[in-house]
Amino acid sequence: MGLTFAEKILAKYAKGKKVESGQIVTVRPDHLLMHDNAAPIIKKIQTDLEDYGIINSELPVIVLDHVIPACDEKTATNHKVIREFVKKYKIKNFFDVGNGVCHQIMIEKGLVLPGQLLLGSDSHTCSYGAIGAFSSGIDRTEAAALLLTGETWLKVPQSIKINLKGTLQSGVYAKDIILRIIGDVSASGADYCSVEFHGDTKQFSVDERFTIANMGVEMGAKNAFFPVDDVTVQYLKSIGVSEFKYVPIYPDKDAIYAKEINYDLGTISPVVALPHSVDNVKDVTEVEGLEIQQCLIGTCTNGRVSDFRIAAKILKGKKIHPNVRLLILPSSKQVYLDALKEGIIDTLVEAGGVLLPPGCGPCLGAHQGVLAPGERCLSTSNRNFKGRMGCKDAEIYLASPATVAVSAIYGKITDPRKEVR
Amino acid sequence: MKIWRYGDNVNTDMLFPGKYTYTCSTPDEIKPHLLEDLDPLFAKNVKEGDIIFAGKNFGCGSSREQPTVGLKAVGISAIVAESFARIFYRSSINQGLLLIECQEAVKAYRDGDVVSLDVENGKIIVGGKTYSFPKLPKEILAIRDAGGLLSYTRAKLKNKK
Repeated sequence: MGLTFAEKILAKYAKGKKVESGQIVTVRPDHLLMHDNAAPIIKKIQTDLEDYGIINSELPVIVLDHVIPACDEKTATNHKVIREFVKKYKIKNFFDVGNGVCHQIMIEKGLVLPGQLLLGSDSHTCSYGAIGAFSSGIDRTEAAALLLTGETWLKVPQSIKINLKGTLQSGVYAKDIILRIIGDVSASGADYCSVEFHGDTKQFSVDERFTIANMGVEMGAKNAFFPVDDVTVQYLKSIGVSEFKYVPIYPDKDAIYAKEINYDLGTISPVVALPHSVDNVKDVTEVEGLEIQQCLIGTCTNGRVSDFRIAAKILKGKKIHPNVRLLILPSSKQVYLDALKEGIIDTLVEAGGVLLPPGCGPCLGAHQGVLAPGERCLSTSNRNFKGRMGCKDAEIYLASPATVAVSAIYGKITDPRKEVR
Repeated sequence: MKIWRYGDNVNTDMLFPGKYTYTCSTPDEIKPHLLEDLDPLFAKNVKEGDIIFAGKNFGCGSSREQPTVGLKAVGISAIVAESFARIFYRSSINQGLLLIECQEAVKAYRDGDVVSLDVENGKIIVGGKTYSFPKLPKEILAIRDAGGLLSYTRAKLKNKK
Protein backbone atom coordinates (compact mmCIF):
# COMPACT_ATOMS: atom_id res chain seq x y z
CA MET A 1 0.00 0.00 0.00
CA GLY A 2 1.40 3.39 -1.00
CA LEU A 3 2.02 6.27 1.37
CA THR A 4 1.07 9.92 1.22
CA PHE A 5 3.54 12.77 1.62
CA ALA A 6 2.47 13.28 5.25
CA GLU A 7 2.85 9.59 6.08
CA LYS A 8 6.30 9.45 4.50
CA ILE A 9 7.72 12.58 6.06
CA LEU A 10 6.30 11.83 9.50
CA ALA A 11 7.73 8.32 9.30
CA LYS A 12 11.11 9.88 8.55
CA TYR A 13 10.86 12.23 11.53
CA ALA A 14 9.55 9.43 13.76
CA LYS A 15 12.95 7.81 13.17
CA GLY A 16 12.02 5.63 10.23
CA LYS A 17 9.15 3.78 11.85
CA LYS A 18 6.26 3.02 9.54
CA VAL A 19 3.30 5.21 10.42
CA GLU A 20 -0.34 5.38 9.43
CA SER A 21 -2.94 8.10 9.68
CA GLY A 22 -4.35 8.56 13.17
CA GLN A 23 -1.12 7.52 14.85
CA ILE A 24 0.63 9.88 17.30
CA VAL A 25 4.35 10.37 16.66
CA THR A 26 7.06 12.32 18.45
CA VAL A 27 9.02 14.63 16.16
CA ARG A 28 11.92 17.05 16.38
CA PRO A 29 11.32 19.90 13.89
CA ASP A 30 14.21 21.39 11.91
CA HIS A 31 13.19 24.89 12.94
CA LEU A 32 10.73 26.58 15.25
CA LEU A 33 9.38 29.84 13.89
CA MET A 34 8.32 32.70 16.14
CA HIS A 35 7.60 36.37 15.50
CA ASP A 36 6.60 39.24 17.80
CA ASN A 37 4.90 36.58 19.92
CA ALA A 38 8.37 35.36 20.96
CA ALA A 39 8.13 37.90 23.81
CA PRO A 40 5.15 36.30 25.58
CA ILE A 41 6.58 32.87 24.72
CA ILE A 42 9.85 33.66 26.51
CA LYS A 43 8.01 35.19 29.47
CA LYS A 44 6.10 31.95 30.02
CA ILE A 45 9.30 30.01 30.64
CA GLN A 46 11.59 32.62 32.17
CA THR A 47 12.61 30.53 35.18
CA ASP A 48 12.76 27.32 33.13
CA LEU A 49 15.17 29.05 30.77
CA GLU A 50 17.38 29.97 33.73
CA ASP A 51 17.36 26.31 34.82
CA TYR A 52 17.65 24.50 31.51
CA GLY A 53 18.53 27.04 28.80
CA ILE A 54 17.21 26.46 25.29
CA ILE A 55 17.65 23.09 23.65
CA ASN A 56 19.53 24.42 20.61
CA SER A 57 20.27 27.99 19.56
CA GLU A 58 19.81 27.00 15.90
CA LEU A 59 16.26 25.71 16.43
CA PRO A 60 14.38 29.03 16.67
CA VAL A 61 13.95 31.48 13.85
CA ILE A 62 12.62 34.80 15.12
CA VAL A 63 11.28 37.48 12.79
CA LEU A 64 9.85 40.78 14.02
CA ASP A 65 7.01 41.44 11.61
CA HIS A 66 3.59 41.68 13.23
CA VAL A 67 3.68 45.18 14.70
CA ILE A 68 6.65 46.92 13.11
CA PRO A 69 7.98 49.50 13.71
CA ALA A 70 6.57 49.27 17.24
CA CYS A 71 3.32 51.26 17.56
CA ASP A 72 3.40 51.90 21.29
CA GLU A 73 5.44 51.40 24.43
CA LYS A 74 4.11 47.90 25.03
CA THR A 75 5.02 46.53 21.58
CA ALA A 76 8.38 48.35 21.72
CA THR A 77 9.11 46.66 25.05
CA ASN A 78 8.18 43.27 23.58
CA HIS A 79 10.65 43.82 20.76
CA LYS A 80 13.31 44.79 23.30
CA VAL A 81 12.67 41.63 25.35
CA ILE A 82 13.14 39.57 22.18
CA ARG A 83 16.39 41.31 21.19
CA GLU A 84 17.80 40.68 24.68
CA PHE A 85 16.79 37.02 24.51
CA VAL A 86 18.43 36.69 21.08
CA LYS A 87 21.71 38.09 22.46
CA LYS A 88 21.64 36.06 25.65
CA TYR A 89 20.98 32.73 23.96
CA LYS A 90 22.99 33.49 20.81
CA ILE A 91 20.05 32.86 18.50
CA LYS A 92 21.53 32.57 15.04
CA ASN A 93 18.46 33.28 12.96
CA PHE A 94 17.02 36.59 14.10
CA PHE A 95 15.48 39.12 11.71
CA ASP A 96 14.78 42.51 13.20
CA VAL A 97 12.21 45.10 12.13
CA GLY A 98 12.30 45.79 8.39
CA ASN A 99 13.37 42.37 7.11
CA GLY A 100 9.90 41.17 6.22
CA VAL A 101 7.10 38.76 7.06
CA CYS A 102 8.30 35.59 8.78
CA HIS A 103 6.95 33.17 6.16
CA GLN A 104 8.57 35.02 3.28
CA ILE A 105 11.86 35.17 5.21
CA MET A 106 11.77 31.40 5.89
CA ILE A 107 11.59 30.57 2.19
CA GLU A 108 13.65 33.45 0.80
CA LYS A 109 16.59 32.86 3.18
CA GLY A 110 16.60 29.10 2.61
CA LEU A 111 15.66 28.44 6.24
CA VAL A 112 13.21 25.79 5.09
CA LEU A 113 14.04 23.17 2.48
CA PRO A 114 12.19 20.38 0.70
CA GLY A 115 11.68 17.30 2.85
CA GLN A 116 12.05 19.22 6.12
CA LEU A 117 9.60 19.50 9.00
CA LEU A 118 8.90 22.89 10.57
CA LEU A 119 6.57 24.17 13.23
CA GLY A 120 5.75 27.79 13.93
CA SER A 121 3.66 29.82 16.33
CA ASP A 122 1.70 31.26 13.44
CA SER A 123 -1.17 29.64 11.56
CA HIS A 124 0.23 30.45 8.12
CA THR A 125 3.31 28.32 8.77
CA CYS A 126 1.61 25.91 6.34
CA SER A 127 3.06 28.08 3.52
CA TYR A 128 6.29 26.09 3.18
CA GLY A 129 4.56 23.22 1.43
CA ALA A 130 5.14 25.53 -1.56
CA ILE A 131 8.65 24.07 -1.71
CA GLY A 132 7.82 20.56 -0.54
CA ALA A 133 8.30 20.92 3.22
CA PHE A 134 5.90 19.75 5.94
CA SER A 135 5.02 22.75 8.06
CA SER A 136 2.27 23.55 10.46
CA GLY A 137 1.09 26.08 13.04
CA ILE A 138 1.12 25.64 16.82
CA ASP A 139 0.28 27.89 19.76
CA ARG A 140 2.62 29.95 21.97
CA THR A 141 2.67 27.42 24.80
CA GLU A 142 3.81 24.67 22.48
CA ALA A 143 6.51 26.94 21.04
CA ALA A 144 7.69 27.58 24.61
CA ALA A 145 7.88 23.85 25.34
CA LEU A 146 9.74 23.28 22.06
CA LEU A 147 12.36 25.86 23.05
CA LEU A 148 13.04 23.76 26.14
CA THR A 149 12.81 20.24 24.72
CA GLY A 150 13.03 20.48 20.92
CA GLU A 151 10.30 17.90 20.48
CA THR A 152 6.54 17.56 20.31
CA TRP A 153 3.80 15.20 19.15
CA LEU A 154 1.95 15.16 15.84
CA LYS A 155 -0.99 13.08 14.75
CA VAL A 156 -0.39 11.56 11.32
CA PRO A 157 -3.12 13.20 9.24
CA GLN A 158 -5.34 11.83 6.51
CA SER A 159 -4.63 13.39 3.15
CA ILE A 160 -6.66 15.10 0.46
CA LYS A 161 -5.40 15.16 -3.12
CA ILE A 162 -6.33 18.13 -5.27
CA ASN A 163 -5.60 17.73 -8.98
CA LEU A 164 -5.16 21.00 -10.84
CA LYS A 165 -5.54 20.32 -14.57
CA GLY A 166 -5.36 22.63 -17.59
CA THR A 167 -4.48 26.30 -17.70
CA LEU A 168 -5.96 29.48 -16.29
CA GLN A 169 -7.78 32.04 -18.41
CA SER A 170 -6.26 35.51 -18.48
CA GLY A 171 -7.27 37.65 -15.53
CA VAL A 172 -7.37 34.57 -13.29
CA TYR A 173 -4.57 33.89 -10.81
CA ALA A 174 -3.33 31.50 -8.12
CA LYS A 175 -5.35 33.45 -5.54
CA ASP A 176 -8.53 32.74 -7.48
CA ILE A 177 -7.69 29.01 -7.51
CA ILE A 178 -7.25 28.75 -3.76
CA LEU A 179 -10.28 30.94 -2.99
CA ARG A 180 -12.37 28.81 -5.39
CA ILE A 181 -11.19 25.62 -3.64
CA ILE A 182 -11.91 26.99 -0.14
CA GLY A 183 -15.32 28.17 -1.33
CA ASP A 184 -16.04 24.65 -2.59
CA VAL A 185 -14.69 22.56 0.30
CA SER A 186 -15.60 25.10 3.04
CA ALA A 187 -13.57 26.57 5.91
CA SER A 188 -13.62 23.19 7.65
CA GLY A 189 -13.37 21.01 4.54
CA ALA A 190 -9.77 19.98 5.17
CA ASP A 191 -9.79 20.03 9.00
CA TYR A 192 -6.83 18.00 10.39
CA CYS A 193 -5.86 16.91 6.85
CA SER A 194 -2.71 17.20 4.81
CA VAL A 195 -3.60 18.70 1.42
CA GLU A 196 -1.50 17.72 -1.60
CA PHE A 197 -1.66 19.62 -4.89
CA HIS A 198 -1.00 17.57 -8.00
CA GLY A 199 -1.73 17.68 -11.72
CA ASP A 200 -0.33 20.41 -13.95
CA THR A 201 1.47 22.14 -11.10
CA LYS A 202 4.69 22.67 -13.09
CA GLN A 203 3.15 25.80 -14.64
CA PHE A 204 3.10 27.50 -11.23
CA SER A 205 6.02 29.52 -9.88
CA VAL A 206 7.12 29.14 -6.27
CA ASP A 207 5.37 32.50 -5.63
CA GLU A 208 2.08 31.12 -6.90
CA ARG A 209 2.46 27.89 -4.93
CA PHE A 210 3.20 30.04 -1.87
CA THR A 211 -0.11 31.89 -2.33
CA ILE A 212 -1.99 28.59 -2.52
CA ALA A 213 -0.19 26.76 0.31
CA ASN A 214 -0.41 29.86 2.53
CA MET A 215 -4.19 29.61 2.54
CA GLY A 216 -4.34 25.88 3.29
CA VAL A 217 -5.16 26.68 6.92
CA GLU A 218 -8.24 28.63 5.76
CA MET A 219 -9.84 25.28 4.87
CA GLY A 220 -8.57 23.75 8.10
CA ALA A 221 -5.55 21.95 6.64
CA LYS A 222 -2.68 20.89 8.85
CA ASN A 223 -0.25 21.43 6.00
CA ALA A 224 -0.33 21.98 2.25
CA PHE A 225 2.11 20.40 -0.18
CA PHE A 226 3.40 20.83 -3.73
CA PRO A 227 5.76 18.15 -5.06
CA VAL A 228 9.30 19.35 -5.70
CA ASP A 229 10.04 19.79 -9.43
CA ASP A 230 12.37 21.78 -11.71
CA VAL A 231 10.61 24.99 -10.73
CA THR A 232 11.41 24.37 -7.04
CA VAL A 233 14.99 23.34 -7.81
CA GLN A 234 15.60 26.42 -9.97
CA TYR A 235 14.06 28.71 -7.36
CA LEU A 236 16.26 27.28 -4.62
CA LYS A 237 19.32 27.63 -6.88
CA SER A 238 18.42 31.28 -7.40
CA ILE A 239 18.66 31.86 -3.65
CA GLY A 240 21.93 29.95 -3.41
CA VAL A 241 20.69 26.51 -2.30
CA SER A 242 22.12 23.68 -4.39
CA GLU A 243 20.07 20.53 -4.94
CA PHE A 244 22.58 18.51 -2.91
CA LYS A 245 21.46 20.34 0.21
CA TYR A 246 18.06 18.66 0.48
CA VAL A 247 16.24 15.40 -0.13
CA PRO A 248 12.71 15.87 -1.46
CA ILE A 249 9.97 13.51 -0.29
CA TYR A 250 7.28 12.44 -2.73
CA PRO A 251 4.04 10.59 -2.06
CA ASP A 252 3.76 7.13 -3.60
CA LYS A 253 1.77 6.87 -6.82
CA ASP A 254 -0.63 4.43 -5.13
CA ALA A 255 -0.98 6.44 -1.91
CA ILE A 256 -4.38 6.27 -0.23
CA TYR A 257 -6.23 9.57 0.01
CA ALA A 258 -9.31 10.33 2.09
CA LYS A 259 -10.61 12.39 -0.79
CA GLU A 260 -9.61 13.40 -4.34
CA ILE A 261 -10.84 16.60 -5.94
CA ASN A 262 -10.31 17.55 -9.58
CA TYR A 263 -10.22 21.05 -11.02
CA ASP A 264 -10.24 22.12 -14.63
CA LEU A 265 -8.36 25.39 -14.20
CA GLY A 266 -9.85 26.79 -17.40
CA THR A 267 -13.27 26.91 -15.75
CA ILE A 268 -12.16 29.07 -12.82
CA SER A 269 -13.07 32.75 -12.97
CA PRO A 270 -11.88 35.68 -10.87
CA VAL A 271 -13.51 35.38 -7.45
CA VAL A 272 -13.96 37.36 -4.24
CA ALA A 273 -14.35 36.05 -0.67
CA LEU A 274 -17.09 38.06 1.01
CA PRO A 275 -17.29 38.94 4.70
CA HIS A 276 -16.94 37.44 7.21
CA SER A 277 -15.55 34.05 6.22
CA VAL A 278 -12.98 32.93 3.69
CA ASP A 279 -15.29 30.27 2.24
CA ASN A 280 -17.97 32.83 1.35
CA VAL A 281 -16.69 32.88 -2.23
CA LYS A 282 -18.54 34.41 -5.20
CA ASP A 283 -17.63 35.15 -8.79
CA VAL A 284 -16.43 38.75 -9.05
CA THR A 285 -19.30 39.45 -11.44
CA GLU A 286 -21.77 38.80 -8.61
CA VAL A 287 -20.34 41.57 -6.41
CA GLU A 288 -19.22 44.03 -9.08
CA GLY A 289 -20.02 47.63 -8.31
CA LEU A 290 -19.74 47.39 -4.53
CA GLU A 291 -17.99 50.58 -3.37
CA ILE A 292 -14.70 50.22 -1.46
CA GLN A 293 -12.73 52.69 0.64
CA GLN A 294 -9.47 50.79 1.10
CA CYS A 295 -7.41 48.41 -1.01
CA LEU A 296 -4.52 46.33 0.27
CA ILE A 297 -2.00 44.64 -2.01
CA GLY A 298 0.64 42.58 -0.24
CA THR A 299 0.99 40.34 2.86
CA CYS A 300 2.44 36.83 3.05
CA THR A 301 -0.30 35.68 0.68
CA ASN A 302 0.29 38.07 -2.23
CA GLY A 303 3.18 40.37 -1.35
CA ARG A 304 5.89 39.22 -3.73
CA VAL A 305 7.42 40.99 -6.73
CA SER A 306 5.33 38.94 -9.15
CA ASP A 307 2.16 40.18 -7.39
CA PHE A 308 3.24 43.83 -7.47
CA ARG A 309 4.27 43.44 -11.11
CA ILE A 310 0.70 42.43 -11.98
CA ALA A 311 -0.67 45.43 -10.04
CA ALA A 312 1.86 47.85 -11.56
CA LYS A 313 1.01 46.72 -15.09
CA ILE A 314 -2.63 47.57 -14.40
CA LEU A 315 -1.94 50.87 -12.58
CA LYS A 316 0.81 52.20 -14.87
CA GLY A 317 -0.04 55.77 -15.87
CA LYS A 318 -3.37 55.63 -14.03
CA LYS A 319 -4.64 57.10 -10.77
CA ILE A 320 -6.62 55.27 -8.16
CA HIS A 321 -10.16 56.50 -7.43
CA PRO A 322 -10.24 59.53 -5.08
CA ASN A 323 -12.46 57.67 -2.59
CA VAL A 324 -9.91 54.87 -2.19
CA ARG A 325 -6.72 54.42 -0.15
CA LEU A 326 -4.36 51.87 -1.69
CA LEU A 327 -1.89 50.24 0.72
CA ILE A 328 1.19 48.48 -0.65
CA LEU A 329 2.70 45.94 1.73
CA PRO A 330 5.79 44.08 0.47
CA SER A 331 6.41 40.75 2.18
CA SER A 332 10.15 41.33 2.60
CA LYS A 333 13.03 43.77 2.25
CA GLN A 334 14.24 41.76 -0.74
CA VAL A 335 10.85 42.08 -2.42
CA TYR A 336 10.85 45.80 -1.60
CA LEU A 337 14.31 46.29 -3.13
CA ASP A 338 13.56 44.20 -6.22
CA ALA A 339 10.30 46.07 -6.79
CA LEU A 340 12.15 49.38 -6.38
CA LYS A 341 14.76 48.38 -8.95
CA GLU A 342 12.11 47.32 -11.44
CA GLY A 343 10.33 50.67 -11.08
CA ILE A 344 7.25 48.90 -9.74
CA ILE A 345 7.18 50.94 -6.54
CA ASP A 346 7.37 54.20 -8.55
CA THR A 347 4.38 53.12 -10.60
CA LEU A 348 2.31 52.11 -7.59
CA VAL A 349 3.11 55.23 -5.58
CA GLU A 350 2.51 57.51 -8.57
CA ALA A 351 -0.88 55.87 -9.01
CA GLY A 352 -1.70 56.83 -5.43
CA GLY A 353 -0.44 53.88 -3.40
CA VAL A 354 0.92 54.24 0.14
CA LEU A 355 4.02 52.13 0.70
CA LEU A 356 4.21 50.37 4.08
CA PRO A 357 7.27 48.77 5.65
CA PRO A 358 7.66 45.02 4.95
CA GLY A 359 5.61 43.34 7.67
CA CYS A 360 2.11 42.19 8.58
CA GLY A 361 0.69 45.66 9.31
CA PRO A 362 -2.97 46.12 8.40
CA CYS A 363 -3.67 42.40 7.84
CA LEU A 364 -4.25 41.74 11.54
CA GLY A 365 -5.65 45.10 12.56
CA ALA A 366 -3.07 45.95 15.20
CA HIS A 367 -1.96 49.16 13.45
CA GLN A 368 -1.49 50.74 9.99
CA GLY A 369 -4.58 50.91 7.83
CA VAL A 370 -7.19 50.09 10.47
CA LEU A 371 -10.71 50.44 9.08
CA ALA A 372 -13.53 52.69 10.29
CA PRO A 373 -17.09 51.47 10.96
CA GLY A 374 -19.04 51.04 7.74
CA GLU A 375 -15.93 50.90 5.53
CA ARG A 376 -15.12 48.19 3.03
CA CYS A 377 -11.65 46.94 2.20
CA LEU A 378 -10.67 44.79 -0.78
CA SER A 379 -7.50 42.93 0.13
CA THR A 380 -5.07 40.33 -1.19
CA SER A 381 -4.57 38.99 2.35
CA ASN A 382 -5.81 35.63 3.61
CA ARG A 383 -8.52 36.43 6.17
CA ASN A 384 -11.71 38.45 6.15
CA PHE A 385 -12.95 37.64 9.64
CA LYS A 386 -15.12 40.16 11.41
CA GLY A 387 -12.89 42.65 13.23
CA ARG A 388 -9.75 41.33 11.53
CA MET A 389 -8.60 44.77 10.36
CA GLY A 390 -9.26 46.37 13.72
CA CYS A 391 -12.95 47.23 13.40
CA LYS A 392 -15.87 44.83 13.87
CA ASP A 393 -18.21 47.08 11.91
CA ALA A 394 -16.07 47.11 8.77
CA GLU A 395 -16.07 44.59 5.92
CA ILE A 396 -13.14 42.79 4.30
CA TYR A 397 -13.27 41.21 0.83
CA LEU A 398 -10.45 39.00 -0.47
CA ALA A 399 -9.24 38.80 -4.06
CA SER A 400 -6.20 38.55 -6.34
CA PRO A 401 -3.75 41.46 -6.79
CA ALA A 402 -5.21 42.08 -10.26
CA THR A 403 -8.77 42.34 -8.96
CA VAL A 404 -7.64 44.67 -6.17
CA ALA A 405 -5.59 46.87 -8.52
CA VAL A 406 -8.38 47.22 -11.09
CA SER A 407 -10.94 47.86 -8.36
CA ALA A 408 -8.73 50.59 -6.87
CA ILE A 409 -9.02 52.50 -10.14
CA TYR A 410 -12.82 52.34 -10.21
CA GLY A 411 -13.43 52.74 -6.47
CA LYS A 412 -15.64 49.68 -6.53
CA ILE A 413 -15.19 45.94 -6.88
CA THR A 414 -14.46 45.39 -10.56
CA ASP A 415 -13.87 42.37 -12.78
CA PRO A 416 -10.10 42.39 -13.50
CA ARG A 417 -10.79 41.23 -17.05
CA LYS A 418 -11.88 44.81 -17.71
CA GLU A 419 -8.17 45.72 -17.76
CA VAL A 420 -6.37 42.37 -18.11
CA ARG A 421 -6.81 40.56 -21.38
CA MET B 1 -24.08 26.62 35.24
CA LYS B 2 -24.89 28.41 32.04
CA ILE B 3 -24.71 27.01 28.51
CA TRP B 4 -23.38 29.47 25.92
CA ARG B 5 -24.49 28.58 22.40
CA TYR B 6 -22.76 29.56 19.16
CA GLY B 7 -22.83 28.50 15.51
CA ASP B 8 -20.34 27.22 12.92
CA ASN B 9 -16.86 28.57 12.19
CA VAL B 10 -16.43 30.63 15.35
CA ASN B 11 -12.98 31.97 14.51
CA THR B 12 -10.13 33.22 16.67
CA ASP B 13 -10.85 36.88 15.86
CA MET B 14 -14.37 36.41 17.28
CA LEU B 15 -12.94 34.65 20.33
CA PHE B 16 -10.28 37.30 20.88
CA PRO B 17 -9.80 40.28 18.51
CA GLY B 18 -6.46 40.38 16.69
CA LYS B 19 -5.89 44.02 17.60
CA TYR B 20 -5.13 42.98 21.19
CA THR B 21 -2.86 40.02 20.43
CA TYR B 22 0.40 41.89 21.00
CA THR B 23 -0.71 43.86 24.04
CA CYS B 24 -2.69 41.30 26.07
CA SER B 25 -1.09 38.01 27.09
CA THR B 26 -1.89 37.30 30.73
CA PRO B 27 -5.26 35.78 31.77
CA ASP B 28 -6.28 39.03 33.49
CA GLU B 29 -5.51 41.07 30.38
CA ILE B 30 -7.34 38.57 28.16
CA LYS B 31 -10.57 38.02 30.16
CA PRO B 32 -12.36 41.35 29.47
CA HIS B 33 -11.94 40.90 25.68
CA LEU B 34 -13.06 37.27 25.37
CA LEU B 35 -15.64 36.85 22.58
CA GLU B 36 -15.83 40.66 22.39
CA ASP B 37 -16.94 40.87 18.74
CA LEU B 38 -19.15 37.76 18.92
CA ASP B 39 -21.05 38.15 22.18
CA PRO B 40 -20.36 41.23 24.32
CA LEU B 41 -22.31 39.66 27.22
CA PHE B 42 -19.99 36.67 27.50
CA ALA B 43 -17.05 38.30 29.28
CA LYS B 44 -19.41 40.12 31.64
CA ASN B 45 -21.52 37.14 32.66
CA VAL B 46 -19.45 33.97 32.22
CA LYS B 47 -19.05 31.93 35.43
CA GLU B 48 -16.83 29.09 36.55
CA GLY B 49 -18.25 25.77 35.35
CA ASP B 50 -20.12 27.17 32.31
CA ILE B 51 -20.15 25.14 29.09
CA ILE B 52 -19.97 26.31 25.47
CA PHE B 53 -21.96 24.49 22.76
CA ALA B 54 -20.97 25.25 19.18
CA GLY B 55 -21.21 23.99 15.62
CA LYS B 56 -18.50 23.01 13.17
CA ASN B 57 -14.86 24.14 13.06
CA PHE B 58 -14.80 25.96 16.39
CA GLY B 59 -11.62 28.02 16.86
CA CYS B 60 -10.58 28.27 13.21
CA GLY B 61 -8.09 30.91 12.12
CA SER B 62 -5.06 32.26 13.90
CA SER B 63 -2.65 30.38 16.17
CA ARG B 64 -3.16 32.98 18.92
CA GLU B 65 -3.70 31.24 22.24
CA GLN B 66 -5.56 33.99 24.10
CA PRO B 67 -8.87 32.19 23.38
CA THR B 68 -7.81 28.92 25.04
CA VAL B 69 -5.88 30.64 27.85
CA GLY B 70 -8.83 32.97 28.49
CA LEU B 71 -11.56 30.33 28.34
CA LYS B 72 -9.59 28.16 30.75
CA ALA B 73 -9.00 31.14 33.05
CA VAL B 74 -12.70 32.08 33.30
CA GLY B 75 -13.44 28.48 34.24
CA ILE B 76 -15.21 27.10 31.15
CA SER B 77 -15.59 23.43 32.10
CA ALA B 78 -15.93 22.15 28.52
CA ILE B 79 -16.51 23.20 24.94
CA VAL B 80 -18.85 20.82 23.15
CA ALA B 81 -18.75 21.25 19.37
CA GLU B 82 -19.49 19.35 16.18
CA SER B 83 -15.81 19.78 15.28
CA PHE B 84 -12.78 21.88 16.17
CA ALA B 85 -10.05 23.53 14.12
CA ARG B 86 -6.71 21.85 14.71
CA ILE B 87 -4.53 24.61 16.17
CA PHE B 88 -7.30 25.48 18.64
CA TYR B 89 -7.66 21.80 19.47
CA ARG B 90 -3.94 21.44 20.22
CA SER B 91 -3.90 24.69 22.13
CA SER B 92 -6.76 23.51 24.36
CA ILE B 93 -4.80 20.39 25.26
CA ASN B 94 -1.82 22.61 26.00
CA GLN B 95 -3.90 24.75 28.37
CA GLY B 96 -5.69 21.78 29.97
CA LEU B 97 -9.05 22.91 28.57
CA LEU B 98 -11.60 20.14 27.93
CA LEU B 99 -12.94 19.86 24.37
CA ILE B 100 -15.70 17.42 23.50
CA GLU B 101 -16.27 16.63 19.85
CA CYS B 102 -19.80 15.25 19.72
CA GLN B 103 -22.10 16.18 16.86
CA GLU B 104 -25.09 14.28 18.30
CA ALA B 105 -24.96 16.12 21.62
CA VAL B 106 -24.77 19.50 19.89
CA LYS B 107 -27.65 18.66 17.58
CA ALA B 108 -29.76 17.33 20.47
CA TYR B 109 -29.27 20.30 22.77
CA ARG B 110 -32.31 22.53 23.26
CA ASP B 111 -32.40 25.71 25.34
CA GLY B 112 -33.02 24.84 28.97
CA ASP B 113 -31.73 21.24 28.72
CA VAL B 114 -29.78 20.09 31.76
CA VAL B 115 -26.23 19.11 30.78
CA SER B 116 -23.81 17.02 32.82
CA LEU B 117 -20.42 15.48 32.08
CA ASP B 118 -18.78 12.19 32.96
CA VAL B 119 -15.35 12.86 31.52
CA GLU B 120 -13.72 9.70 32.83
CA ASN B 121 -16.16 7.48 30.96
CA GLY B 122 -16.42 9.77 27.91
CA LYS B 123 -20.11 10.57 28.41
CA ILE B 124 -22.15 13.72 28.12
CA ILE B 125 -25.77 13.82 29.24
CA VAL B 126 -28.00 16.33 27.49
CA GLY B 127 -31.65 16.65 28.53
CA GLY B 128 -31.62 13.15 30.04
CA LYS B 129 -30.04 11.43 27.04
CA THR B 130 -26.47 10.12 27.15
CA TYR B 131 -23.98 10.56 24.33
CA SER B 132 -20.44 9.18 24.16
CA PHE B 133 -17.38 10.95 22.91
CA PRO B 134 -14.02 9.38 22.08
CA LYS B 135 -11.24 9.52 24.65
CA LEU B 136 -8.00 11.27 23.78
CA PRO B 137 -5.04 9.01 23.01
CA LYS B 138 -3.03 8.29 26.17
CA GLU B 139 -0.01 10.35 25.09
CA ILE B 140 -2.22 13.41 24.81
CA LEU B 141 -4.36 12.72 27.84
CA ALA B 142 -1.12 12.77 29.85
CA ILE B 143 -0.55 16.39 28.79
CA ARG B 144 -4.07 17.51 29.67
CA ASP B 145 -4.05 15.61 32.95
CA ALA B 146 -0.77 17.23 33.95
CA GLY B 147 -2.69 20.52 33.81
CA GLY B 148 -1.30 21.51 30.44
CA LEU B 149 1.83 21.32 28.33
CA LEU B 150 4.11 23.50 30.46
CA SER B 151 3.48 21.53 33.66
CA TYR B 152 3.93 18.32 31.65
CA THR B 153 7.20 19.59 30.14
CA ARG B 154 8.52 20.79 33.51
CA ALA B 155 7.88 17.38 35.07
CA LYS B 156 9.65 15.70 32.17
CA LEU B 157 12.68 18.01 32.42
CA LYS B 158 12.87 17.52 36.19
CA ASN B 159 12.93 13.74 35.78
CA LYS B 160 15.77 14.00 33.30
CA LYS B 161 17.88 16.20 35.57
